[in-house]
Amino acid sequence: MASRAETAIPIEALTVTRKAVATIAVVGNPNAGKSSVFNRLTGMRQKTANYPGVTVERRTGRATFGRLPLDLIDLPGTYSLTPNSTDELIAVNVLFGRVPGTPRPDAILAVIDATRLYQGLYLLQQLAELGLPMAVALTMSDAAERAGLKIDVQRLSERLGGVAVYPVVATTGRGFGALREALAKLVETPPPGPVNAWQELRSTAERLEERFARSGAKLHRAEIERLLVDEAGAGEGGAPPLADHLRAELAAARAALFGGEPPLAAEARRRYAWIRDTLAEVQSASSPLASRTAQLVDWINRPWPSTALFVLAMFIVFQAVFAWATYFQDWIDVGMSNLGTVVAGALPEGMLSSFLVDGVIAGVGSVIVFLPQILILFLFIIVMEDTGYLARAAFLVDRAMRTVGLSGQSVIPLLSSFACAVPSIMATRVIPQRRDRIATILAAPFMTCSARLPVYALLIAAFVPSRQVGVVNLQGLVLFGLYALGIAGGIGTALLLRRSALRGENPTFILTLPEFRVPNVRTVLMKLLDRVRVFLRRAGTVIFTVAVIVWALAYFPRSEEVEQRRLEETAAAEATLEGEALEAALTDIENRAAADHLAQSWLGRAGQFVAPAFAPLGWDWRVSAAVIAGFPAREVVVAVLGTIYAVGDEADEQSLASRLRAATWPDGSPVFTLPMVLGLLVFYAWCLQCAATLAVIRRETNSWRWPLFAWAYMTTLGYTGAMLIYQIGS
Amino acid sequence: MLTLCDLKPGERARIESIDTREPAVQRLMVLGLVEGAEMTFLRASLGGDPLEFRLYGAAISLRREQAQRFHVRKVGHGEPG
Repeated sequence: MASRAETAIPIEALTVTRKAVATIAVVGNPNAGKSSVFNRLTGMRQKTANYPGVTVERRTGRATFGRLPLDLIDLPGTYSLTPNSTDELIAVNVLFGRVPGTPRPDAILAVIDATRLYQGLYLLQQLAELGLPMAVALTMSDAAERAGLKIDVQRLSERLGGVAVYPVVATTGRGFGALREALAKLVETPPPGPVNAWQELRSTAERLEERFARSGAKLHRAEIERLLVDEAGAGEGGAPPLADHLRAELAAARAALFGGEPPLAAEARRRYAWIRDTLAEVQSASSPLASRTAQLVDWINRPWPSTALFVLAMFIVFQAVFAWATYFQDWIDVGMSNLGTVVAGALPEGMLSSFLVDGVIAGVGSVIVFLPQILILFLFIIVMEDTGYLARAAFLVDRAMRTVGLSGQSVIPLLSSFACAVPSIMATRVIPQRRDRIATILAAPFMTCSARLPVYALLIAAFVPSRQVGVVNLQGLVLFGLYALGIAGGIGTALLLRRSALRGENPTFILTLPEFRVPNVRTVLMKLLDRVRVFLRRAGTVIFTVAVIVWALAYFPRSEEVEQRRLEETAAAEATLEGEALEAALTDIENRAAADHLAQSWLGRAGQFVAPAFAPLGWDWRVSAAVIAGFPAREVVVAVLGTIYAVGDEADEQSLASRLRAATWPDGSPVFTLPMVLGLLVFYAWCLQCAATLAVIRRETNSWRWPLFAWAYMTTLGYTGAMLIYQIGS
Repeated sequence: MLTLCDLKPGERARIESIDTREPAVQRLMVLGLVEGAEMTFLRASLGGDPLEFRLYGAAISLRREQAQRFHVRKVGHGEPG
């Protein structure tokens, strides 16, 4: 009988009760160690994607605690559920289940910095209202101990309506055993009881929740609380639109609750009053021992030592990118060239051999060779970010940035764009005001990104003598000058825009300055790996594709006539010459044949077609062709130059640099004169040759107007700069 | 009355009243700059602006423009105990 009753249960009833895998949202203040906690819990099983429609990174990871697998989602850091930027908006929308493709989380892991409990408790109060099971990871608990802070975890938990609080140290893994156990059971844990921070708001929201439900508008009490406090923010933030009579009810409730007080101010006053009471109860401070490190950090943070450090740090970065990277580059260079020789030797002369050696190996190889520089640059930026130095830099330069109409907050995106403008334009999301943000976005592509480095490095190594000028190398000095040129271009643009199209009041500047922190090796390496992967993916797909297309454009159509002449001349030379004279004659014949082939190839014809337009810059058709091919992605230019100057000649030991030095006009005068090279460098410093940047500007400004403007403006500027330098220099 | 702009490095003050009209000021209140909170002025940046304060363990920077909206009373030196 019993088994008959069991089989009578419909199968759907069993499957709808539980999702396959529960989702836990990891939420916390910026710089509270949220990502370190997330990394430690999920290890390498992470997926990074974007939220639909915006370029906020969506990091998720699968972790197994006990028997159950769980999905963790790492939300952007926020101080409150009142969003002030796109990043914070995403965090809030995910928590309310408003993001398509991302289920509403089943539970919350709040990551709170034990040394900054004051601000952490603000977010905690708001999170506790969401009615989801919640646990708190109290990070930096070792730093709190060192600072003489004692936190009564039990009392804290009671004040928060029974939420379990786990002190952890993300760098060492202390406390993670207990946290993992708690997470395994978290979804089944009851949500926190009411936190009696602001009774009136809660009861008003409860009353409205019922009224709204009767009108068919299903809104959670916590959502209504946000609508009451933050009318504008919640409205644009994707909260479902309300019928007019419901909006009127909200407005009436708002007036009754706040009177003339700004709602945000009212909320802050109520909640922080509760927080001060709570802190008095749960936290006791003994006089901290001022450690030597703390004293040193305090001294360095003073304006002048801080400025000196800023200049020193920038200088070390530039020298390192150029000087230290060369050892690794030489190894890669030799390896790639050997590979080319081996492949060329193993295959019969012809199209396949040319394709592999001159298209594939030469093209991708000449980009990979600059990987060491990119690694070093990213390493510096990540370490500066993780030590909290980037925020210090923003504080330091805010006044200076204001003179060009930006704020110190723009310095972080602008510094990141020394690596790549794409993530840096995404990083502008921390800037609240739209006008500042757009000015920063348009200034960012001027900063010398890692893709410009290959071009700079090639041309500097080939045409600037490696001479000591005082204590610095002349090559390093020119590189420094190019960086300065990029900065000047960016700042000039921002200034111009803030005085014209983006005129408006000065941006505000509010910043929390993270404490100096020794960076976690694991976190730094994971970030580094992530960014290198992104670069290689671009090198592997965009650059490879373009390299192959360009090889094809340069190889086809094959001229029978040129081939015939080459064979005749070779036969004639072999008949009349011998020994070294023959060798030299053969090389000469090969080179001329290669040049002739290129001249009548598709790329050569395109280069010749546009060459008159670039003649005032001193460019021949080869350079013009390479620059044209580089418009989709500037890092391709080195690959294209490599292809143009290597096509039709196999296993050549000469480096590309010496090939460029040997390039001549038909009358025998060199193409790459110093004014022409300097002009070309200026062109690269200012021109926007990057399809990815244009695409991301389009996405971040949500219009084609700004990317088109940026492209036209920067191309004009680059062209004019290159022309002036060439004309004046020649 | 004194404002947050008028402190010397190391001086601690309690916020007495706030001109809350500006949205940027309301943002600062969300970060904990409310009446009754105690702040220690640490230093000014290059050129005397922005200012850096310690607020219950956190370091916060704001410009003079916003700092002058916070009226304070000096309560001593160093960080709150």
